[in-house]
Amino acid sequence: MIQADKTLFTMTNFHKQQKNNFTMLPKTPTGITGLDEITGGGLPKGRPSLICGEAGCGKTLMSLEFIIRGAMEFHEPGVFMAFEEKAEELTQNVASLGFDLNKLQQEKLVKIDHVHIDRSEIEETGEYDLEGLFIRLGYAIDSIGAKRVVLDTLENLFSGLSDTAILRAELRRLFNFLKEKGVTAIITGEKGDGSSLTRQGLEEYVSDCVILLDHRVINQISTRRLRVVKYRGSQHGTNEYPFLIDEEGISVLPVTSLKLEKEVSSERVSSGIAALDDMLGGKGFFKGSSVLVSGTAGTGKTSIAAYFANETCSQGKKCLYFAFEESPKQIVRNMKSINVDLQKHIDKGSLQFFASRPTLYGLEMHLVAMYKMIHKFKPDAVVLDPITNLITVGSVSEVKSMLVRLIDFLQEMQITVMFTALSLNTIVSEQTDEGVSSLVDAWLLVRDIEYNGERNRGMYIMKSRGMKHSNQVREFIITDKGLDLVEVYLGPEGVLTGSAREAQKLREKTGVALRDFAVSRKDKEIMRKRKMLESKISTLQAEFESTEEELNKIYFEEQLKEEIIEKNRAEMTNLRKGAIDAENQIRSKK
Amino acid sequence: MSEQEQLPLSADNLNYDHDDHVFRLRLFVTGASPNSSRAISNLKDICETYLKGNYELEIIDVYQQPLIAESEQIIALPLLIKKAPGVERRLIGDMSNKTKVLRGLGLPVEN
Repeated sequence: MIQADKTLFTMTNFHKQQKNNFTMLPKTPTGITGLDEITGGGLPKGRPSLICGEAGCGKTLMSLEFIIRGAMEFHEPGVFMAFEEKAEELTQNVASLGFDLNKLQQEKLVKIDHVHIDRSEIEETGEYDLEGLFIRLGYAIDSIGAKRVVLDTLENLFSGLSDTAILRAELRRLFNFLKEKGVTAIITGEKGDGSSLTRQGLEEYVSDCVILLDHRVINQISTRRLRVVKYRGSQHGTNEYPFLIDEEGISVLPVTSLKLEKEVSSERVSSGIAALDDMLGGKGFFKGSSVLVSGTAGTGKTSIAAYFANETCSQGKKCLYFAFEESPKQIVRNMKSINVDLQKHIDKGSLQFFASRPTLYGLEMHLVAMYKMIHKFKPDAVVLDPITNLITVGSVSEVKSMLVRLIDFLQEMQITVMFTALSLNTIVSEQTDEGVSSLVDAWLLVRDIEYNGERNRGMYIMKSRGMKHSNQVREFIITDKGLDLVEVYLGPEGVLTGSAREAQKLREKTGVALRDFAVSRKDKEIMRKRKMLESKISTLQAEFESTEEELNKIYFEEQLKEEIIEKNRAEMTNLRKGAIDAENQIRSKK
Repeated sequence: MSEQEQLPLSADNLNYDHDDHVFRLRLFVTGASPNSSRAISNLKDICETYLKGNYELEIIDVYQQPLIAESEQIIALPLLIKKAPGVERRLIGDMSNKTKVLRGLGLPVEN
């Protein structure tokens, strides 16, 4: 997380430098996660900054972290002048954050000077000045070559000494002294009554950079916030940014990253449900996109999410599953009933569950916990199931702002995220409860279709940015073999699902059978008719043949007769010829 | 620090044998600044008047020994620390308010 923010920070810096590389206010990076991003690089170098806020809002820790991170990460030694706590106490306080103040002091990177001041021990006998403080501070700075100084809490001087006129004059001198020394200083101050930022009006001395810390409890959940009240000569984020203190120190989380310049991928990831992929242009979601699955209770949102997780893991990728409602074991058991074995992915280490009650801590803490988990596990896909429960710990706008940041962050990391959300009404609302519908890239809606005394699930794609997607409502069925989408029956009676669809199918089948029967009967009749006609034809043919034969017989007889006559005649002629010849012979002889 | 512990003192009554009653005073100053100069002269007057022969006064220039500023928890200067007798007491300022100085040292205040 720190690393990611570092890159962000360097990117911001880079852009800034590109914009105006002539007179840029030199800045000292604090090293505090997120703060440098808001301030565009850190605190004004060589000038004092004021951190103010109520008791217990993290002033001391923030300033101490500035010193420690400066020493550890930027090799800038620092002096911490504590007017409230002793060095040992401070050491103990930050030991829980993994910082070894003693070691840093031995290495001459940090110097802690506890200033003890008690009015009851002091008698003021006339004119005085704070030269002692100056000498101490000057000596401490010179002894380790400090570049950073913290005065925490300078206002304690006012409780120890009574002559405010002197104190004010001396404070003015002190800030000039710090500037002369060229150290980047933080002065902390308690928030005063009314509109003043500090009790003693320290802000009038420190005019370069003022950061206000706040600690609010809303609905029994406390949230710390930070706001850069002013920052002369520099651009800065003006919003209130939530921050938190955990075992790694302070993390400020900018509400959104200040730019929209994320890398995009055209790679697709399968949802695990083949029919759903088909609806999404045949390939599934874009890698690194955000998907919202919303629906009323019991519509199978978690099942879709589990399918997605299962598919991701089956492809050898890693998935992180944030469960806010059910325990991991419960989900694993329940998903077995739809033929999804998540346990084997858990055993392989490709699937990790992170279950927590939303009310366990505030939204910011959830966000940071998620940031950390994601950084540690480096998943390819993340599931949040369901985001609706987060509403119990924050207002709609807070949840939205948190999800914006989460989506932002996940897109930066090219992680596909699937949210499930419970919508309370069955009417298709244009907005989900969390108002994230406009943020997500794809929105699947699962809804109940109550008809004919039964409840069925219909699914459709409300939106899916950047891809062709089906506009059809599909029936979403959950069986013990798994999830599937079937086309709903669109008939003259409208959309039919469930048993109504089956009934309609049966009706259609009956119709077909009847028609088939009718057709076959007709066919037979035709056959019969043909047979009848054919037999008729053959009779006629026979008749014709006999007639023909009769006719032929006469004809033949005639011909035969004629032939015979001819033959006879010829014979006769021959006979006659012989007689003639003989006659002729006789005549010639004569 | 209560005044009952202190014996009544006067200018004539000064010879104490016990170390306990010797006033050990350390005055921290910053070079020759106006406040420092005034503090030194005012304190010397008071000591000569009320503690003649019964005090040890050490004047320290913090500029010369900056380390002592931290160890002695010095913030405001000039600073007078009464190490003895009794409880340690700190007095700041140029010692121009004699009543406060006397009270701070645990001496009876003149009316």
